[in-house]
Amino acid sequence: MFDNALEGVRVLDLTHHVAGPQCTKLLADYGADVIKVERPSGDPARSIGPFQNDQPHPEKSGLFLHLNINKRSITINLKHPNGVGVVKELVRESDIVIENFRPGMMDSLGLGYDVLEKINPAIVLTSISNFGQTGPYREMKSSDIVAYAMGGPMNITGHADYEPLKLAGNIVAMHAGSVGAYATMVALWDAEDTGEGQNVDISIYETQAGFRDRRVIYLTAHAYTGESYSRPDPGYRVASGTRPCADGFVNILGFGPRFRNISNMIGHPELADDPKFADPAGRSDPDVAMAFDEYYIPWLMEHTKLEAVNEAQDNQLLAGPINTVEDIFKDPHFEFRGYWDTIDHPETGELTYPGRPFKMSGAELPPRSPAPLLGQHTVEVLENLGHTTQVISLLRESGAI
Amino acid sequence: MSKKLPLEGIRVVDVTLVWAGPHCTQLLAEWGAEVIRVEPRSRMQPSTRGTAAHITQAQVDRAKGTGSALFMSFPDNEAGERPYNRSPAFNSHARNKRSMTLDIMTPEGQEMFRRLIAESDVFVENNVPETIERANATYEELSKVNPKLIMLRMPGYGLDGPYKNYRTFGTHMEGMAGHHHIRSYPDLDPSMTGDSFTGDAAAGVQGAFAVMLALRQRKRTGKGQQIEMALAEGFIPYMGEFMMDYSMNGRITEPQGNRHRSHAPHNVYPCQGEDRWIVIDVGTPEEWSGLTEVMGDPDWASDPMFGDPVSRWQNQKELDSHITAWTRTQERYDLFHRLQNAGVPAGPVQNEADAYNCIHLNERGFFEELTSPDTGTRSYPGLIFGMSKTPNHLRRHPVALGEDNEYVYKEVMGLSDDEYTELENKGHIGTDYAPGVP
Repeated sequence: MFDNALEGVRVLDLTHHVAGPQCTKLLADYGADVIKVERPSGDPARSIGPFQNDQPHPEKSGLFLHLNINKRSITINLKHPNGVGVVKELVRESDIVIENFRPGMMDSLGLGYDVLEKINPAIVLTSISNFGQTGPYREMKSSDIVAYAMGGPMNITGHADYEPLKLAGNIVAMHAGSVGAYATMVALWDAEDTGEGQNVDISIYETQAGFRDRRVIYLTAHAYTGESYSRPDPGYRVASGTRPCADGFVNILGFGPRFRNISNMIGHPELADDPKFADPAGRSDPDVAMAFDEYYIPWLMEHTKLEAVNEAQDNQLLAGPINTVEDIFKDPHFEFRGYWDTIDHPETGELTYPGRPFKMSGAELPPRSPAPLLGQHTVEVLENLGHTTQVISLLRESGAI
Repeated sequence: MSKKLPLEGIRVVDVTLVWAGPHCTQLLAEWGAEVIRVEPRSRMQPSTRGTAAHITQAQVDRAKGTGSALFMSFPDNEAGERPYNRSPAFNSHARNKRSMTLDIMTPEGQEMFRRLIAESDVFVENNVPETIERANATYEELSKVNPKLIMLRMPGYGLDGPYKNYRTFGTHMEGMAGHHHIRSYPDLDPSMTGDSFTGDAAAGVQGAFAVMLALRQRKRTGKGQQIEMALAEGFIPYMGEFMMDYSMNGRITEPQGNRHRSHAPHNVYPCQGEDRWIVIDVGTPEEWSGLTEVMGDPDWASDPMFGDPVSRWQNQKELDSHITAWTRTQERYDLFHRLQNAGVPAGPVQNEADAYNCIHLNERGFFEELTSPDTGTRSYPGLIFGMSKTPNHLRRHPVALGEDNEYVYKEVMGLSDDEYTELENKGHIGTDYAPGVP
C-alpha cells in the first residue's frame, strides 16, 4: 500500500516566492499532499516573470508554474481570526508546516511553534528565513545576490579583472529550499519515531556559508593558512577551463594525469613529454597555459562544441559544452532519458517542464498536475475538513477565505 | 532533555569522490548516521583527498595565490607527512565520518565490500557508472546480499543515455546544464567567467533528501531501492524560470551577469580599499527612496531617467556608474548597516576572513572547532540548519585515511584477527597510500 515515500503525508504550505515553494515542490514531486495557502491576492511569485507571451497574468508566470507543480491552492486571509482558525484546523490534519515569513511573523499571526505544538505535538515546522530566527541580522533584508555576497563564494566567483559575479536567477533561494526539504525529512523521521515534532531553523545565509561550492573549502583553507582568497584569472590554466571552438565554447580538463590524453587528442603527443607542462604547481602559470594554447586553440576551432566534448570524453577527459537553454532542450541525452515533462494547464495549455530531480526504482510517483489556479482547491480543502457549504459561504462572506 | 540524533542507527557506506557525493554523506553523518568511507590505498581518487599522495613543499609554495590554492592550502602552508589528511577540500566535509581502506576494484576487495554492504542500510556513490559496473557493485548485485539496501547513485548524467559514462566535475556539468552561459558577464565571452560548482551542492542536498525518502518508505515496506540522481537533472530545475521562458516563449536567456529581471540598481559596487565590494538590490520604490536618502539625495537621482522602476532598469548602466562613483568613497560595513537601516537590501561581499569575523554567524555558533592529530585544532564551517529540540554540533574530526580500519573490519564486519592481518599483509589495510602512488 505504500507506493511512494510520502504516501499519506500532508504538508501545510504557508510559503511564497522561491525558497519555501522550492522546499514544498520537492515534497510534492515525491507524493506528499501539499496544500498551498495563498493570501487572497496570491503568492507574489504569480506577478514575477517570465510570463507566457510576455503578458503579465497571475496564472502565467513561468517561475510560479515551475515551482508549484502538484500542489493544491487555498486562499486564506491570515490577518482574519477565522482565517487563522482554518489554518489551525489544517495543522491538526497535517504532518508538516513550511513557512518562509520574516522571523516573528508566525508568532504575530498567532501561529508560532508553541501554538502549533499544542494543536499537534508531532507537527514539524520548518522555518526558512534570510538570516535565521535568531542573531543580530535576523531582521535584515536580503535577496539572492545579497545572500550570495555575504554567505557564498562570490568573492572568488568571476574574473580577477572584473567585479565579483552572482549565480543565475534564484539559485541561492532554490538551494535553501532543497536544504529545507532534507531538514524536514530528518525532523519527520524523528517525529514519526518519537511522536514529537520540532521547529527547524533554516538561515539562507548559512545555507550559503556552509555551501559545498568552493565556499566551505576556502573557509577551511583560511582556517588552515590565515589567508583570504580572490578571483583567479580563469582563462589561463594549462589545458583546462573554457575555450572557444567552432560554434561556441567548451570546458575541457586536460591537466594532471590526463595531460597525455589531451595532447594525443589534439595531435601533439610530444607535448606530454615536455617537462614545462608536467609540474602540478605550474597549472596556473599563464605563460605555460598560453604555450599549450598555441597547439590547442587551432584544434578546437576545427570542432563544434559537441564534437569537441565527444572527442574529449572518448579520450577519458572531463568535458562539457557551454550550452544555451535551447541547446539543453534539444540535447539528445535528456530527450533519450525522457527528462522533460509535458503538463497541461487550463490557462497556458500544454508546456514542457524540467523533470523531477531524481528517479526512485521502488516508488510509484503521482502523475504531474499543473500548478494550481489561485484558490482552485479552497472549497475542496474546506469540505475535507468537514465544513458545510453554508459555513464555507460564511467564511467567504467574512473575508476569511 | 535533548533527543538523540535522528539518524542514529543508520549505517551508510560511502564510495564518493570530489564534492557532490561527499556533501550528501556529510549531511547524513551530521544528523547521526554512521558514514563509512571506503577508500583505496592503491590510487588517489581525483580531487578528493587533494591532488597527489606525495606533494612537495616546493609545489605548495608555488600554488600560493593561484587557482590551485583550492587544493594546496594545507595547515600552516605545509604539506606535512600525510598531506591527504590535511586537504581543506576533503576536511571540509569529512567530519563525523569514518574511513576504511579497501580497493573494490579487486576480487578480494569486492568480497569484503559485499560483507560490509550486508551490514549496512545505505550505499552512496558518485562515480562514473562504468566504474561501479566494473566493481560488480550495481544495485542488482548488491541487493542479492542485502535486499533492504538503499543505493543512491549520483553520476553526472544518469545510468543510461548517450552521456551515461561522460566524466564531469561540477564545472563541466554546469556548462551542460546551461548555468555557465546564463551567469556569464554580459559583455564578455564565457571564458572570462571562471568556475562555479553549484550543482554539486544541489546534488548533495537533494541526494540526502532522496535517501530520507527511501528510508521512510523502507520502514513501511521492508524493501530497499535504487535512487538515480543525475547531477545535471537535479540542477536544471534550479534554473526553472529560464527553462520556462524557453518553453513558453522560445526565448534563449543570454548572459545575465549581476543583472536582475526587473530590479535596478542590482549589482556589485566597489568600496574603499582593494577588492572590497558591496551588493545593492533595489526592487521597490520604497527601497529606492531609502537608497537616495543614504546617498544624500544627489541631484542626478532626481533625473527623470531614474524616475520610476522601469526607467531605472532601462538606464541601469548610467545608474550603476553614478552609484559606483559614490560607493568608492564609502566603507563597506558602515554602508551595509546604513543601507539596511534605511530598508535597502544590501550586503558586503565577504571573503573568508570576513565570514569568520561575522558577528551574526558567530552569535549563532556557526563555526566550530575540531582537533585532529594531522591538523591540530582548527575552526570549521558548521551545520547548515538547526532543530529546536535536537541541539547538534560537529562531533568528530575530519577522518584520516584508514583511521577506522579496526573498527569496521572487526566490529562491523566481524573479521577475525587472522583475517585482518592477512588483508593487512596483502596491502588492503593501512593508513597511508601504497608506495609509488603519485
